[in-house]
Amino acid sequence: MAGAERAIEAVWRIESARLVAGLARMVQDVGLAEDLAQDALVAALEKWPADGVPDNPGAWLMATAKNRAIDRMRREANFQSKQEEIARETGALFAMERSDFEAAADEEIGDDLLALIFTCCHPLLSPEARVGLTLRLLGGLTTPEIARAFLASEATVAQRLVRAKKTLREARVPFEVPRGAELAKRLPSVLEVVYLIFNEGYAASAGEDWVRRDLCEEALRLGRILAELEPREPEVHGLIALLETQASRLAARHGPNGEPILLLDQDRGRWDPLLIVRGRRALERAEELPGPLGPYGLQAAIAACHARAIRAEETDWVRIAALYDALAQIRPSPVVELNRAVALGMAFGPEAGLALLEEIASERQLANNHLLHSVRGDLLEKAKRPDEAATEFKRAAELTQNAQEQHLLLERAEALA
Amino acid sequence: MRFMMFMYPEIEEKDWGPQEGNVEEFEAMSRYNEELRKAGMLLSLDGLQPPSEGGFVKMTDGQATITDGPFAEAKEVVGGYWLIQARSKEEALEWASRCPAQNCRIEVRRVFEMEDFPQEVQDAVEENFGG
Repeated sequence: MAGAERAIEAVWRIESARLVAGLARMVQDVGLAEDLAQDALVAALEKWPADGVPDNPGAWLMATAKNRAIDRMRREANFQSKQEEIARETGALFAMERSDFEAAADEEIGDDLLALIFTCCHPLLSPEARVGLTLRLLGGLTTPEIARAFLASEATVAQRLVRAKKTLREARVPFEVPRGAELAKRLPSVLEVVYLIFNEGYAASAGEDWVRRDLCEEALRLGRILAELEPREPEVHGLIALLETQASRLAARHGPNGEPILLLDQDRGRWDPLLIVRGRRALERAEELPGPLGPYGLQAAIAACHARAIRAEETDWVRIAALYDALAQIRPSPVVELNRAVALGMAFGPEAGLALLEEIASERQLANNHLLHSVRGDLLEKAKRPDEAATEFKRAAELTQNAQEQHLLLERAEALA
Repeated sequence: MRFMMFMYPEIEEKDWGPQEGNVEEFEAMSRYNEELRKAGMLLSLDGLQPPSEGGFVKMTDGQATITDGPFAEAKEVVGGYWLIQARSKEEALEWASRCPAQNCRIEVRRVFEMEDFPQEVQDAVEENFGG
């Protein structure tokens, strides 16, 4: 890519979300807003290499997009016979002629961006579609980049995006920030999208495509934006606290050959202190707000306990067990219970963990979950019951699909023989 | 990826830092910082006191010597920095060029990450700081 083009791409990455958001407020259709923004980008790619990047590139792109929109709607209004559509689009046309992007207050731009986030993450859309649309319209990622990041074909992603925009258009989803009870209902689907994007990046291994690994940074960026735009919601800070703290361990999670390293075995000198501090501050913001911590806040508090321990042996397991207990109350799941059993085992001895496992193995359909058996094996080993432990590790090895994990489990079983 | 943006203000030491004459410039700067924060890019930032509040350590063949000076010309002295997360060098440069300062230079440098080091160096670092 030529230097000028790269510079334009950089401007685009900075401006595109605000541009699409401002346009979507006017035309009330994110798909159309995206097309208009793309028109402006094409114009910039034609003009800027020769004329140079304008002083206020955001305003230039907005003015250009608005002009294109007005041209396009006048042209279409001439041809279209459907009265309703003309009425709707003429309304948008007037709105567009009146509004002045440059004069828009910071707060308004923030509201537009927030409305764009909520629209991209609308519960009408599947999680995959929400993730795709968010990366496209808020992250400024291209379709091929999204496809590469999610190991999907470009055609699949393109089709998913087209369908998502069509769904929003047909349902006439208003372009606005939900408030009150509606906000509480819609926020989880936004937070889930940021979390999914982060996890996709977190799952990428060291040798993989940078586009995949950059997903973590993109999710952090989105989470931080959300924390600035919606600062009164404790779970927003809880989520970003969790992500900053998890991201602090990125460099410590893999050995030289790409093999995963478990939390307690990680070299804590490789944890990123800056991100740990950022995570702690975000958690404090969540705690200062009225109301108890939500599921993300509690997970962040657990992550913070690990981050605080300079050595693994200094981990405050009693506190972690209590936090898992709270998490099990508000968001019960088998994985939470397993983690609670591990924490209890570390805090109060293996028997305490084994007792909980007895309870949950009979209550839930966990019997064939390899994690249950590997956790039980671990606790039995610590309880000095090597024969039973070996049986559990072997059972876990039979149940797991992951070859590397299987190898590890069989090794542990053999070591006990 | 991370970039450090070093700012070199082109001013005399007596004009250093916020004071009566430059309230507007500092207001503009704080709006800029806020914009960086709202874009989710800002990791940390600091403004630095004038060089007279610090000092120099010179290493010669492993021997440290501490001095007050020599002061470089004011315009060769760092006045502050931003640490940002950006998606490309061009994006970092674009952000730097939006800085509202009147007269200054901003040097944009990419930060090394652990993965950028050869394995041997990573292992050595681990031995010294790990555990």
